[in-house]
Amino acid sequence: MGLDIRVPLGVMFTTLGLLLTGFGFFSDPAIYQRSLGIDVNLWWGLALLLFGTVMLFFGWRRAGRRTH
Amino acid sequence: MHPSEIDWVIMGVYFAFVLGVGYALRRYVKTSTDYFLSGRSIPAWVAGLAFLSANLGAQEVIGMAASGAKYGMATSHFYWVGAVPAMVFLGVFMMPFYYGSQARSVPEYLKLRFDEKTRGLNAISFATMTVFSSGISMYAMGLLLNLLLGWDFDTSVWLSAAVVLIYILLGGLTSAIYNEVLQFFLIVFGFAPLVFLGLKDLGGWQGLTERLTHVATAQGFAPQAWSSTWSQMGDPTTNPMGVEWFGVAMGLGFVLSFGYWCTDFLVVQRAMAADSMSAARRTPLIAAVPKMLFPFLVIVPGMIAIASSLRTGASGFVLPHKPDGTLNYDLSIPMMLSHYFPHGMLGLGLTALLASFMSGMAGNVTAFNTVWTYDIYQAYIHRGASDHHYLNMGRVATVFGIALSVAAAYVANHFNNIMDMLQLLFAFVNAPLFATFLLGMFWKRATGHGAFTGLLSGTVAAALHHGLTLPRGSIPGIKGGWLTLLHAYPSEMAQNFWTAIWAFTVCFVVTVAVSLITRPRAENELVGLVYSLTPRLRETDRAWYTRPAVLGLGVLAATLLLNLLFW
Repeated sequence: MGLDIRVPLGVMFTTLGLLLTGFGFFSDPAIYQRSLGIDVNLWWGLALLLFGTVMLFFGWRRAGRRTH
Repeated sequence: MHPSEIDWVIMGVYFAFVLGVGYALRRYVKTSTDYFLSGRSIPAWVAGLAFLSANLGAQEVIGMAASGAKYGMATSHFYWVGAVPAMVFLGVFMMPFYYGSQARSVPEYLKLRFDEKTRGLNAISFATMTVFSSGISMYAMGLLLNLLLGWDFDTSVWLSAAVVLIYILLGGLTSAIYNEVLQFFLIVFGFAPLVFLGLKDLGGWQGLTERLTHVATAQGFAPQAWSSTWSQMGDPTTNPMGVEWFGVAMGLGFVLSFGYWCTDFLVVQRAMAADSMSAARRTPLIAAVPKMLFPFLVIVPGMIAIASSLRTGASGFVLPHKPDGTLNYDLSIPMMLSHYFPHGMLGLGLTALLASFMSGMAGNVTAFNTVWTYDIYQAYIHRGASDHHYLNMGRVATVFGIALSVAAAYVANHFNNIMDMLQLLFAFVNAPLFATFLLGMFWKRATGHGAFTGLLSGTVAAALHHGLTLPRGSIPGIKGGWLTLLHAYPSEMAQNFWTAIWAFTVCFVVTVAVSLITRPRAENELVGLVYSLTPRLRETDRAWYTRPAVLGLGVLAATLLLNLLFW
């Protein structure tokens, strides 16, 4: 198929990861009482960010190979 | 807890991507094969994840968590017994005929193998069924979004219908498949932290199983009844499901599971869209790997919910009660999301639910428009038109398929019992299906007349069995026993499993009997459609570990190990 799914997948999860990490960094720590004192936004945001960039890396690497 | 700005932004990002992917894919749709079968160009891993997600609608997610609360770890029978073996069988033994025959749909395979009437029966019942199931899941979504987001029923139904309509009109099956892959990762990323937090709250797996012993003894079962899969299955009275091992193995593990995973076009379509025969065969095998791990994502939350409702963890989570005073198991996942997730993560969890609702609907719609166009419209209404004509018909079918689903959602909202009756009727039609495919693919002597009469008698047998039996303690009516009462089963689930076993057996016997007295088709017409007449596939060009048989054995061994670990 013309569009490699890893590109939209990567862009979406990178965006979500940035949003969550950013929000986790600046939000009031009091809201993390419900998540047992863990800043899940920050930590899980980083996990999404990592997943997103890995997907992007593989998606773009293939796109790069095809154009050369 | 209602969503705040950050949660809406996260949901908004998802909607933007869903529509964006549809928009980006629109220029690849040139022929009807592009629209209905993604031009048979999907890589195996993408098709595999879509194969899994197409079945993982939000109803499934919510229902499995509810069963986790109601029956405990034994619910994983629906995965480890009721799905994985059938998926392996599909990939190793059946895909060669589905993909190799170049059939564009499951009913079309029946047409190639048997005859027109068998195809017609299957196509019409399948098309009706998919539209209604899509409506029922839309209805469930309306109720849930009302609770979680505060939207009213009309807004939820029309908004989700519009989004699904747009992306399927633009990109066809490829849109649906790509969104199923997005949904897969959203479910994993949305629910994994929920399970983590829930378990942490209860003191880990140890704390969970310790609490579950109280859940079990409080209801009069052995202490391990909620945390084991097989150990209490010797007798229906010793486990909360009310079933015994034979019903599980035969009814669920053989008839129901093979009937669904190996013949339902909704899932098989994803494998048919794969880019090669070997990719098509690997599709269900790849799907089986996450499938066997999903109990930890969707069943364990229900177990956490019931365990903490009896003896709360540090954070004091409990399930809400229904008006009749019993615990509302269906709210396990939604309530845990709003209990454990702060704003931000809440948005991600809600997005995962939204995504699974919408892709569940999209799966039904793409299966419907294909069967409608190829097996009903092209077969009976308008033959021999140009490919472009059928492509346009597919788009029109998408619009009226969604319109019919919306209508069904409103019917479900007003007349709940009509939907229950329809679902029962579909269960009767589906129960015998696997016998027909099994004989069709592996017995060259099976004939069209045999298949057709077998299917009809299997359906009648299912209805009769249902009319003559009843789960203990129920009143005759929608639960069964509407003819007279011959036998009472310990539970509704046991009755379902045995209905399936009877339907399968009757269909099998009648198909064989009628085939033997009717004229078989010439053997040269059945090459590529029947096992014994089709040349074996050579797989020497592939690395050994990607071969379907090897992958399949690996998956089965891992599933067996899981059964033993949680025995």
